[in-house]
Amino acid sequence: MVRKRLGSWDVLVIVVLAVVVVVSSAAVEGFASSRFWGFLLLDVIPIALIALPMTLVIITGEIDLSVASVLGLSSAVMGQLWTAGVPLPLILPLILVFGMVLGAVNGLFVTGFGLPSLAVTIGTLALYRGLAYVVLGDKAVADFPPTWTGNMIEALPGTTVPWMAATVAGLAIVFGIVLHATPVGRALYAMGNNEQAATFSGISVARTKFWLFVLTATVAALAGFFWTMRYASARADNGAGLELSVVAAVLLGGVSIFGGRGSLLGVIAGVLLLITLRNALQLADVPADTLTIVTGTLLIISVVGPNSAAMLRSRLRRRRPATTPAAGG
Amino acid sequence: MRGMRTPRMRLGASVVALSALMLSATACASDDGDTPAAGGDASAGASGQIKEGLSVAFLPKQVNNPYFTVSDNGGKAAVEEFKGEYKEVGPSEASASSQVSYINTLTQQGSDVIAISANDPNAICGAVNQARQGGAKVVTFDSDTNKDCRDLFINQVTAEGIAENQVKLISDQIGGEGKIAILSATANATNQNAWIELMKAELKKPEYSKIELVTTVYGNDEDQKSFQETQGLLSSYPDLKGIISPTTVGVAAAARYLSGSQYKGKVALTGLGTPNQMREFVKDGTVKNFALWSPADLGYLAAYAGAALASGMITGKEGEKFTAGKLGEYTIGADGVVVLGPPTVFDAANIDQFDF
Repeated sequence: MVRKRLGSWDVLVIVVLAVVVVVSSAAVEGFASSRFWGFLLLDVIPIALIALPMTLVIITGEIDLSVASVLGLSSAVMGQLWTAGVPLPLILPLILVFGMVLGAVNGLFVTGFGLPSLAVTIGTLALYRGLAYVVLGDKAVADFPPTWTGNMIEALPGTTVPWMAATVAGLAIVFGIVLHATPVGRALYAMGNNEQAATFSGISVARTKFWLFVLTATVAALAGFFWTMRYASARADNGAGLELSVVAAVLLGGVSIFGGRGSLLGVIAGVLLLITLRNALQLADVPADTLTIVTGTLLIISVVGPNSAAMLRSRLRRRRPATTPAAGG
Repeated sequence: MRGMRTPRMRLGASVVALSALMLSATACASDDGDTPAAGGDASAGASGQIKEGLSVAFLPKQVNNPYFTVSDNGGKAAVEEFKGEYKEVGPSEASASSQVSYINTLTQQGSDVIAISANDPNAICGAVNQARQGGAKVVTFDSDTNKDCRDLFINQVTAEGIAENQVKLISDQIGGEGKIAILSATANATNQNAWIELMKAELKKPEYSKIELVTTVYGNDEDQKSFQETQGLLSSYPDLKGIISPTTVGVAAAARYLSGSQYKGKVALTGLGTPNQMREFVKDGTVKNFALWSPADLGYLAAYAGAALASGMITGKEGEKFTAGKLGEYTIGADGVVVLGPPTVFDAANIDQFDF
C-alpha cells in the first residue's frame, strides 16, 4: 500500500517527461527528428546502464559514488590491455572481471568493516580515478579498430535506435522483474526500510549488499567499455562526474535517498527526463552554465519533492486516522 | 492482494512505456524530415565569393575560458564581415567527450561551418564525421583532431616558429651573449618538449654561438612552483643573463619574482604570455617583450577558412589559396593545415592594444 501511494511520484515524472517531449517537439526545431533521438539514446546509455544497479543500491539505503571512477579506471586499463596487444573480445570479459574486483573492494569495506558506503565510495571515487591516471597518465589510447568503435554506436537495422540502447532496455526489464516481482527485490526494499527487521526475517543483509556493490561496479566497467568504444578513446578522465548524473537521475525517478522506496520505471523515466531536457535545451542554444543550473535544480526538486509530498501525506493521514483503502486502489 | 498486484502492474507499465519509446524512435526513423542541409552544400560551384547567410558555430574547449572567448569573438567579427550567422556553444568543463553532444546538436541544426578546438583528438571524430556527412564543413583551431576527421586545421603557430621567435627575443635582450635557462611547464608536456628541442637546435646557429643554455627547470604550470623555480635558478646561476618561459603560467610567475627582486631589469625574461597577465611587468620594466599568437586572429582565420570551404571556394587540398579578410591571403599546407603566422610580439609600445 505504501508503495502504491508513493508510486505517484514516478507517475508525475513520466507526465513531466511527456510534457517536455510535447513542448519541445513544438518549440524546438529539430527535436522531433529521428536523428535527435538516436543521439539522445547514445547519451542515455551509460547513465541508464549504471542507474539500474544504482537503483538497487540506493533502495537498500546505500550509495555507490565510485561508479564514474570505475568507468574511468576500466577505460584506462582497457587502453593498456589494447596497447599490450590483447584482442578486444578478450578485453571485454577481463574488464568485467576487473569491475567485479573493484566492486568487491567497495563491498568489503561497507559490509566487512561496516563502514558507511558514502564515505567508502567517496574514497574509492578518488582512489580509482587516481589509479586510472597511474595506469594511463594523461595520454589517450585511440587506435581501436573502427569496426568495433563503429559497431558500438550502430543502430538497429531500419531504425535510429542504437542496438546498445535496446540492450539497456532489455536489461532494464530484467532489473525491473528482479526488483518488483521476486523475493530478492522484496528483500532489497525490506533492507532499505528497516535493516534490523530484514536481518531478523532471515535476509542475509551483508551478503546481498556485498554482491550489489560487485554488480554495480561490474556494470560500471561495462559502461566503461561502451564509453571507450563510443568515443574511440581510452582515457583516465573518461566519465568524470558521471556519478552525479546517475544519482540525480535515480533520485529524480523517485527513489528515496534514505532507501526502501522507488521503482525502476521511475528511474528510467528520470534518466530520460534528465537527458531529454538537457539535449532539448542544448538544441535550443541554451548556454552550458544555464544547463548546469537546470540539472542542479532538478536534483534539489527530486530530493525535496518526494519527501515533502510524503510528509504532507502522513500529516493528512494523521488528521484522518480512520481512512480506509480507496475502493479502486 | 494489492501488494502483489501493484509491482506487476508497474512492471507491465514499464514494458509498455519502453516499447512505446522504442516504437516512437523507430517510427521517426522512417520519415526523413530531419536536418535540412540549409543550403550549406559546397557543390554550388567555385564562385570565388563567400556566400551570405552561412551559419557558423564556434565550439571551444570550454565556454567562459578567457582565451577562447577572445578567439571566438575574433570568429564573430569575421562572420559579421561576410554576413553569416554566428553562434558559440560548448561545454562548461573541458572534458574529453563533453563536446560530442554539442557537435551532435550542431549536426541536427544543420550548421554550415563548425569551428572547433578539440579537447580530445579522437573522442570527437565520430561525431565530427556525422556532422560532415550532414553537410557541415569542420575546421579545427588551436587543438586539432586526427587529420581524417576535419576539413582544415588552423594552427596558431608552428613549433619552429615559436623556437625561432623565443631564441631571437632573448638573444636581442641579452645582446647575443651569456647564460640562459628555460622555465618550462611539466617535464612530459609534449608541446613544451618539442619547442625546447627546437630551441636547442636554433641555438646551434652561428649567430647564437655565444649563448649558453645552462638548464631547463619545470614549474609544472603552477604559479607557486614556477615562482620558486625562478628563485632557484637565480641562486644556482648568479651570472644568468636571461630566462625563456614558453608557458603563460611560468612567464607570469617568473616576471612576478623578478619584479620584486634585485634582478629586476638585469636578468632578461621572455616567453609566451598573455598581455593581461604581463602588462604590469612590461610597464614596470621587468620584461621588455614577450610573444604569443593572437587568439582573436586565430578565430578570425578559422571563420574565414570555414566559410571559404562552405562556399565551395576551396576544398581543403594542399596548395589551395583563400583570402581571410584583413589578414590577407593564406595557402593550405600539407595535411590540411593552415598556419596563422609568426607569433605576435608584445612590448610597451603595443601592449595596450590587446585585451586578453
